[in-house]
Amino acid sequence: MSGIPHDHYEPKSNFAKGVESRLPIIGLLYTTLTAPTPKNLNWMWIWGIVLTFTLGLQIVTGIVLVMHYTPHVDMAFASVEHIMRDVNGGHMIRYFHMNGASLFFFAIYIHMFRGLYYGSYKAPREITWIIGMLIYIMMMGAGFMGYVLPWGQMSFHGTAVITGLFGAIPFIGESLQTWLLGAGAVGQPALNRFFSLHYLLPFIIAGLVIVHIWAFHSTGNNNPTGVEVRRGSKEEAAKDTLPFWPYFVIKDLFALAIILAIFMAVVGFMPNYLGHPDNYIPANALVTPTHIVPEWYYLPFYAILRAFTADVWAVQLVSFLSFGIIDAKFFGVLAMFGAIFVMALAPWLDTSSVRSGRFRPMFKWWFALLVVDFIVLMWAGSRPAEFPYDWISLIGATYWFAYFLIILPILGVIEKPLTPPATIEDDFNAHYGPKDGGSATSSAE
Amino acid sequence: MFRKLTLAAVLAVSATTAAAESEAHIEDFDFSFEGPFGSYDQNQLQRGLKVFTEVCSACHGLELVAFRNLHDEGGPALPEDQVRAYAEGFEVFDKALDDGEGDYRAATPADKFPSITGTGAPDLSLMAKARAGFHGPYGTGLNQLFKGMGGPEYIASLMTGYEEPPECAPEDFDGQYNVAFAAGGYPDECKYENGDHKYPGSWIAMGQPLWGEDVDFDDGHSNDLRNEAEDVAAFLMWTAEPKMMARKQAGLTGVIFLLILSVLLYLTNKRLWAPHKNKD
Repeated sequence: MSGIPHDHYEPKSNFAKGVESRLPIIGLLYTTLTAPTPKNLNWMWIWGIVLTFTLGLQIVTGIVLVMHYTPHVDMAFASVEHIMRDVNGGHMIRYFHMNGASLFFFAIYIHMFRGLYYGSYKAPREITWIIGMLIYIMMMGAGFMGYVLPWGQMSFHGTAVITGLFGAIPFIGESLQTWLLGAGAVGQPALNRFFSLHYLLPFIIAGLVIVHIWAFHSTGNNNPTGVEVRRGSKEEAAKDTLPFWPYFVIKDLFALAIILAIFMAVVGFMPNYLGHPDNYIPANALVTPTHIVPEWYYLPFYAILRAFTADVWAVQLVSFLSFGIIDAKFFGVLAMFGAIFVMALAPWLDTSSVRSGRFRPMFKWWFALLVVDFIVLMWAGSRPAEFPYDWISLIGATYWFAYFLIILPILGVIEKPLTPPATIEDDFNAHYGPKDGGSATSSAE
Repeated sequence: MFRKLTLAAVLAVSATTAAAESEAHIEDFDFSFEGPFGSYDQNQLQRGLKVFTEVCSACHGLELVAFRNLHDEGGPALPEDQVRAYAEGFEVFDKALDDGEGDYRAATPADKFPSITGTGAPDLSLMAKARAGFHGPYGTGLNQLFKGMGGPEYIASLMTGYEEPPECAPEDFDGQYNVAFAAGGYPDECKYENGDHKYPGSWIAMGQPLWGEDVDFDDGHSNDLRNEAEDVAAFLMWTAEPKMMARKQAGLTGVIFLLILSVLLYLTNKRLWAPHKNKD
């Protein structure tokens, strides 16, 4: 692809030339696999492969599960248990799929925070970042609708709570909620359409993943220094990069094998640890679980949703200014989606001239606090909505917005960044010594 | 901000400790199937089946379990003829009988345990996975990480948790006092002013089902209350997770395979990068 100068595919045989002139697919695969990749990438750059693999895992296990699942309110729960008991290997496939969702979100959160720390969202990679955010939103939708399908107690009452969020939108909310559910309440129409969409979304995600990869292959990967690959000539670029195959493929596969070993241990030894016992009780509209808690990966944003109660002055002010149209509930919904939206705006909110957090002495600390904030919010989201968790959520939510809307723009102005190395080659050699063996820079590992 | 945060954290800790103590008392039983290498004790599952058959099945269904499953490896593993004989002791409704009118007949191994809906007693098929005996601490999930979810512990604790009600409770209060049951009614007389419970547990509708020496075990195992409770809890863990043994086996094989693969990939990766990292 464009961007970094590199070798292109030259078909040799007549057959290959014939194919290439009709459909340049071999050339496309060749260019994708040999993409020049900054050679100083660290272990934080493995999560993209983990995510791609997990998407594949979810699609493959999901397709098999669908062969045995029945999307009917009276049969869904029993059909899942049929998979667990009678389908050959069904219990493993379902546990892979169930825990695969957790692996998916675990990986994407690290992937996102990697991008936030190393400034991967900054120009010229804004489009890559935005597409990534779209993938994340789609994943949240797919994950939520997937959780509905077993039709357990949490499935049912979680659906009521989450679709209720849309009901909070002024004027159109109630109609919108009815339209989403296909009925006035959670029931057969909701289960059917969630099943349909749960099957559809992964393929949209797969399409977006291709565009995501296309985008960053056009700009080139970011790297821990945030310094761009030199593009003067092929030779110059080759000093900063190595081809994706085999160098990064093998490195990523190594990391993937380790992560899958841990994943396998979770699936094999504690497959229900990340789930909720209530979802092994068939859905019952008449009995509401004492604590309706979403899956762990939604908790930070769930905490933000609940943080803005009617006694928060900001909520009261907005409610007053909007003549009561934006009440506390709607404010919470706006805050939750806003928390994701401000992340998507990061490329334009970050005013720093330096890309990588490695060379930003003040940014580092605010970023570390953001990570802590995320974990605290996740914890607070799992607790009942009462003192002191409401306060913790509110403080956490406030910092989340402050980080993106205030701290990022100001830091770029007041912070005095360190000087990054001139080239990626310099950074790489500073770690490993130059190729010819003469060690002018710091010691080899 | 930080002072508020610390204050909030300290309050959170103290609040949850108080709540956790008064909610329910779940004992941490040692089951043979715990941990990555634990396995079901076939004799214990057979004893648990007997407790279920002679006591629980009077009110509770087991609708997700088929009689043939009793023959399965990694389960009670009863011989086929015993399974057939056992199934005949149950009646199931067959829609095909009596010219489509439907009628009752003796069960065969292909049938599932009948579901019992009339009594209001919950089905027990998934009970051991549908309850968590252990929580927290403070919402971190660490207890579940180290002790397990605690489903079978919850069941065994419930069986042994019937006690004399505390004196503060009115004598005609509905149900029976059980220290392991958190979801039942609780008299206001036994609450502190802030609403916290003075005593663990609550009042459960189910009368005490096991008293000790309710069944005689064929293997001569002790049939005191504690043993019966453990055995039936183990049996219900099996009904909830019949493929546990196969799962752990697959998990272990997978982990070993992936670890070997990662060692190979590590060595490959090291060698691949060596020329570029100024090493041999």
